[in-house]
Amino acid sequence: MQAYLDNNATTQMDPKVLEAMLPYMAEMFGNPNSLHKFGTKTHPALRKAIDQVYTGIGANDNDDIVFTSCATESNNWVLKSIWSDLMQHGDKNHIVTTEIEHPSILATCKYLEENCGVKVTYLPVNEQGVIEAHTVKSFITDRTALVSVMWANNETGMIFPIKEISDVCKEKGVLLHTDAVQAVGKIPVNVSDMDIAFMSFSAHKFHGPKGVGALYIKNSRKLTPLLHGGDQMGGRRSGTLNVPGIIGMGMALEIATTDMETKMAAIAEKRNRIEDALLKLEDVFVVGDRANRTPNTILISVRGVEGEGMLWDLNNAMIGASTGSACASEDLEGNTVMLAIGADNELAHTGMRLSLSRFTTDEEVDFVIKTFTEGVNRLRAISSSYAKVGPTEGGEVRECELHHH
Amino acid sequence: MAKNDMLGESLWDAYSNKVTTLMNNPQHQGEIFPEEVEKNGTKLIVADFGAESCGDAVRLYWEVDPKDDKIVNSKFKSFGCGTAIASSDVMTELCIGKTVQEAVKITNIDVEFALRDDADTPAVPPQKMHCSVMAYDVIKKAAGMYLGVDEATFETEVIVCECARVSLTTLQEVIKLNDLTTVEQITDYTKAGGFCKSCIKPGGHEEREWYLEDILVDTRKEIDAERMAAAADAGSKGDFETMTLVQKIKAIDAVVDENIRQFLVMDGGDMEVIDVKTSDENIDVYIRYLGACNGCASSSTGTLYAIESSLKEKLSQKIRVLPI
Repeated sequence: MQAYLDNNATTQMDPKVLEAMLPYMAEMFGNPNSLHKFGTKTHPALRKAIDQVYTGIGANDNDDIVFTSCATESNNWVLKSIWSDLMQHGDKNHIVTTEIEHPSILATCKYLEENCGVKVTYLPVNEQGVIEAHTVKSFITDRTALVSVMWANNETGMIFPIKEISDVCKEKGVLLHTDAVQAVGKIPVNVSDMDIAFMSFSAHKFHGPKGVGALYIKNSRKLTPLLHGGDQMGGRRSGTLNVPGIIGMGMALEIATTDMETKMAAIAEKRNRIEDALLKLEDVFVVGDRANRTPNTILISVRGVEGEGMLWDLNNAMIGASTGSACASEDLEGNTVMLAIGADNELAHTGMRLSLSRFTTDEEVDFVIKTFTEGVNRLRAISSSYAKVGPTEGGEVRECELHHH
Repeated sequence: MAKNDMLGESLWDAYSNKVTTLMNNPQHQGEIFPEEVEKNGTKLIVADFGAESCGDAVRLYWEVDPKDDKIVNSKFKSFGCGTAIASSDVMTELCIGKTVQEAVKITNIDVEFALRDDADTPAVPPQKMHCSVMAYDVIKKAAGMYLGVDEATFETEVIVCECARVSLTTLQEVIKLNDLTTVEQITDYTKAGGFCKSCIKPGGHEEREWYLEDILVDTRKEIDAERMAAAADAGSKGDFETMTLVQKIKAIDAVVDENIRQFLVMDGGDMEVIDVKTSDENIDVYIRYLGACNGCASSSTGTLYAIESSLKEKLSQKIRVLPI
């Protein structure tokens, strides 16, 4: 038995997606920008994929969806080109984002701060791990060029009030970008409902292939390209089209968004079963209201059990999960999202993320509950946090006497 | 970065079999209860180090025979990752049978070494080396408690890098001796800063009293000061070529005052030294003519020759005089 519960990191490709892609690898390998039939033979499948992606996120025909290599590229593109278009060649100087964005947003913002003199506001989350629209509103100035807020958080699965945030941005006349990597394919996403200028997403998070993502651009708004070169994608993003990738992305999104409510309910049912079982262990807590979370995600904190130690035990049983408190990283801070939501430091080192998919089976759920519980029991038996005999005189520690936090 | 670093490492695969085995099945995990100790007429020492809020914590139990200070039994409890648990386990094993005075000599290097499968292969990857440091710290603490002394007295020198156990004095000596200018060089020469990297600069894994970046800056300042003092000493002994720039200019001015200026002034002119540039082959003295000298035909021939020859004679054959 094995179980993959790290679907917020990446997902397995749906066999139907692979099937759709295969003919476009060795058989119909042409370059779609060529004039000959080898190239143009790919057009019908690409058109279909483009339709599938437009439908999947509810885009209008006058919007652009530009295929990129990944959401990291999409995020970099928006931030760097907004700087170029509205700050370097304009009178804006400010970006509003959040403390818990993906590194492709945070590191790019840092880069713009350090090299281009851009001012960036990093908004905190509330105790539920959510950014509130009124917080966004209060930090927008008349020199703000862009608000960039993720749709759902990768660690906690918490869903942000994007509709309200888009209303605020519309009212203030500021462009809104959303990194929707953890939302698209997991929860209903309809860009025509709201005023989103840009949206990044990535195929491998919804059972599509790796190496293909997209940037949605409302009303084909002008945005200086990140990659200059040939005139692929109307000159918006140069580089030979990733034909099988795009076809795979289209198919994957169509499958994910077809009968989505049923799929979500089935995943949530399994997720809840794991969560309910683990909540029966003492001294554990799960971050965020279930109702406001992506249906596949649990971020659970288990007192006395260090995150990496727990991952080790799960891995021994062939269960893949993840932790934000990377004991191996140079910076031994706890899980940044947990710290951001105000969890105390103890919990920040005991966070475990379990993220399911529609391929997670009931047997796997049982197996995970059993293995997780055994791991907690074993590690708590070793843990100093659960020892009975306390330190003898002079053996106590002050909280965190060596490490800083 | 190079070919072998492109993919990043698989952290756990770099662990020794011993680390893996002990994480999966620690041998000395458990507690020693006061009742047992009372029955045996021994002394119980229980010391904590670290805390759950730090990310790792260990509790060390010693049962010590007061007759000969021997640790007759030892156990541990640990909150941490695999390396932390394996390090705690092997540390406990190393303590058993030793006297408290012997045990306090165990370092994190010994703990890491005891976790190796073979003597030449590290038991854990560099960033995990730090986990063994806590084992060393908790031993010192327990020994201090048993002996009734401040644990700080066990450390005779300031340890800057705990992972590699490199002292402040060693670092200062190595920087000076090898004229090191970067932290990377320090790591190459001493291994300090090559593991958990906390000691390189503030903001890492844990807060430190000393950081390699600061030590480098301070030691470089000392090197510069020492060099300047050496140059001043050499200069005051009259060795022109080793003089500092200021000393050189003063020496040149002195020669000009004594041998040349009077003749220039007689003709209604003067000169000043603008700069001195030293290379391996030459010492170039840049001068500017003033008053009547300025534009005088002889200023680029006879006068110039006279200035250069007296400077060469009095100070150094390497001197070239260049009017600007």
